[in-house]
Amino acid sequence: MSSAAEPTPAVPTPGDPVLEVRGVTKRFGALVVLRGIDLVLREGEVLGLVGDNGAGKSTLVKILSGFHQQDGGDVLVAGEPVRFNSVQHARTHGIETVYQDLALIPQLPVYLNLFLGHEITRVGALRFLDKREMRKLARQYLDEIHVRVPSVEAEAVQLSGGQRQAIAVARAVRAAPKILLLDEPLAAMGARESRLIIDLVKDLASSGRVSIIVIDHNYAHLFELCDRINVMQGGRIVRDQPVHETSLEDLTQLMITSYRQQIDDVASAGA
Amino acid sequence: MASSAPTETAAPVETPPGQQHQARSLGLRVLRVFLYQREVTPILITVGLFVYFSIRAGSTFTDSLSLSSAAGYAGPIGAIAVGQVLLLVLAEIDLSAGQVFLFTPWVEYWLHNLGVPLGLSIALALLVACGVGAVNGLITVRLNVPSFVTTLAMNFILFGLVLIYSNQTQATPIPLSSSGGFWSHLMGAWQWSEILWVLAITIVMTVVLNRTRFGVRIVATGGNPVGAAEAGVPTRRVKVWCFVLCSFLSGLVGIVDAVKYGSLDPGNFGVDYILYAVGACVIGGTALTGGRGTVVGAFIGAILIGILEDGLTLIGVSTNDFYVWVGVVIIFAMALNVQFDRLIARSRAA
Repeated sequence: MSSAAEPTPAVPTPGDPVLEVRGVTKRFGALVVLRGIDLVLREGEVLGLVGDNGAGKSTLVKILSGFHQQDGGDVLVAGEPVRFNSVQHARTHGIETVYQDLALIPQLPVYLNLFLGHEITRVGALRFLDKREMRKLARQYLDEIHVRVPSVEAEAVQLSGGQRQAIAVARAVRAAPKILLLDEPLAAMGARESRLIIDLVKDLASSGRVSIIVIDHNYAHLFELCDRINVMQGGRIVRDQPVHETSLEDLTQLMITSYRQQIDDVASAGA
Repeated sequence: MASSAPTETAAPVETPPGQQHQARSLGLRVLRVFLYQREVTPILITVGLFVYFSIRAGSTFTDSLSLSSAAGYAGPIGAIAVGQVLLLVLAEIDLSAGQVFLFTPWVEYWLHNLGVPLGLSIALALLVACGVGAVNGLITVRLNVPSFVTTLAMNFILFGLVLIYSNQTQATPIPLSSSGGFWSHLMGAWQWSEILWVLAITIVMTVVLNRTRFGVRIVATGGNPVGAAEAGVPTRRVKVWCFVLCSFLSGLVGIVDAVKYGSLDPGNFGVDYILYAVGACVIGGTALTGGRGTVVGAFIGAILIGILEDGLTLIGVSTNDFYVWVGVVIIFAMALNVQFDRLIARSRAA
C-alpha cells in the first residue's frame, strides 16, 4: 500500500495496473450479458463505468467482487490471474464492494456496524465486546476520513441514506482494500447526500490508498469523481477516455445514439 | 423486514426556545427510555397488576404460597421464553422448545432407570436436548425449511416419542424430587429454585446478547442477514447455535421442573407452553420482525403472565377470564412494539 501515487492534479500520471480484465464473457442462460470486456484500473485511479440498464455494468462488478464467476476471459489482480469463487475470496485479494442495497444492520449502532465481522473483544472464551475501544476507534477513524455522523452510538436506522452509505463505504475502506468497487453509491440520494459520498470518495482517492471503480448514472457526478470513464454498451466497453478529454456533451450524445440504436434494433427485430 | 421500507428524510427538528424546549426535551427523554428500554412498559404493567391484586386480595395474594404459585406459573414460561428471544431476534422461532422442556426430563428418567448414574443421566439428557436444537437448526439453515415448520414437526416427534416410550403411564418418583438435601433443593425441590434458575439464565443470556460478539452477531443476522453475511458473520452457524441454546435452556429448566413436581405426565403437550412463552417475549418488548429483542423483557413477560394467572384465580375470577386478559395484553404489547420500532426508525439521531 506504500507505493501510492502522489495526489495528482488535473492530469493523473498513469500508475501500474492493479486490476486488468481481458476478454471476460458472461451469459445467464440464453442471455449474453458480457461479450468480451477489456478494462484496466491503475493504481490510485478512480474509474467511472457508465452505460444503459442492461449494458452489463453490474454483472461486471459482481464478477470482480466474487459474486458471479465469468464464463471466459481473465481477471488479473496486480498482474496475477485470479478467479474468485466467493466474495470472501475476492476480499482476500484486496477487493471490497459496496452494493447499492445498503449493507448495514439497521438495529446496530454505527460503531458496531463499522466493526461487524472484525469486532474487538477482550481476551476470554466468551468474547466480551470492548465497546469503549470500538467507540473510540470508530470516532477517530470517521474523523480521519471526514465522515460526519450525529453519534457513533446512533443506530443505522436513524441515519440518513447518505450517512448510511458513507458508513458502508467507510467500513469497506477500513478493511484497507487495494480496490474498491462502488455499485451506484449515489442511487436514490438527494443533492446534499450525494455531496457527502462524492467528497468521501474523492478524499479516499486523493489519499492514493485505494483504486476505485464507480458505477453511476449521473455524468456530472462521474466527471467530478473520476480520472477516467469507460462506457459500456451491450456487453462491451465502447469507449475508454480520460475525463479531461471527455465532455459531458460527448457522453450524453453517445448515450443518446446508443439508445436510439437499441430502439431501432428492437423495432427491426419486431418487424 | 419492516426497516427496509423507504424511510422518509425527516425534517430537522426545530428547537423551540425556552421552557417549551425544556418540557419537550424532557418528554423526549422519557420517550427514549420507553423506546430503547423495552422492559420498562411491561415492568410498569407488572407492578401495576401486583399492586392491584394486593389491594383486591390482600395477604392471600402477597403470602408466600400465592407468590410461589405465581412463580410456578412463570417458571416454565420464562425458561422457554428466554431461549426463544434469541430465535425471535434472528427472525426464527422454536415451536418445539416447550416439548423439549417436557421431553428432556423423560430422557433423564429413562437413562436413570437403565442404571446410568444420576449426574450422567442429567448430562446425557441435556446433550440430547442440545442435539434436538442442532437438528432443528441444521434442517432450517441447510434445507431451507422455515423454522416454524421444522420445529412444529419436531414438537410432534418428541411428543410421540414420549407417548411411545412411557407406555402412556406417568413417571414417578423423579430422582432427587423427594430425597431432600442440597442437590434436591437446588434442582427444583425448593419452591423458589425453578424461578431462580430462570432468573440466573436471564442474567447470563442478557450479558450474552448485549455484551458479547455472539450477541452482536445474533442481532446482525436477524436485522439484515445478507448484510451480515457480506460483513463476514457466519449467519448459519449463529442460527444453529441459537437453536441449540434454546433447546438446552428449555431442557435444563425442564429437568428442574420435573424435580419440582415429582412426576412426569406423558399427556402434557409442549405447544401449551410454547404459546405462553412466545406471548411472554412479545409482552416483554420483542417484536417478531428480527433484529431486536430483550431477554429481561421475556422474563418480565413470564412474571406478568404468572401474576395475572395467580391474581385472577385469587380474586375469584374464573380461569376463562385469564385467557381473555392474556390475549388482550399480548395484542396491546405487540402493537406497542411495532409502533416503538417505527418511532426509532423515524427519529433521526441528533
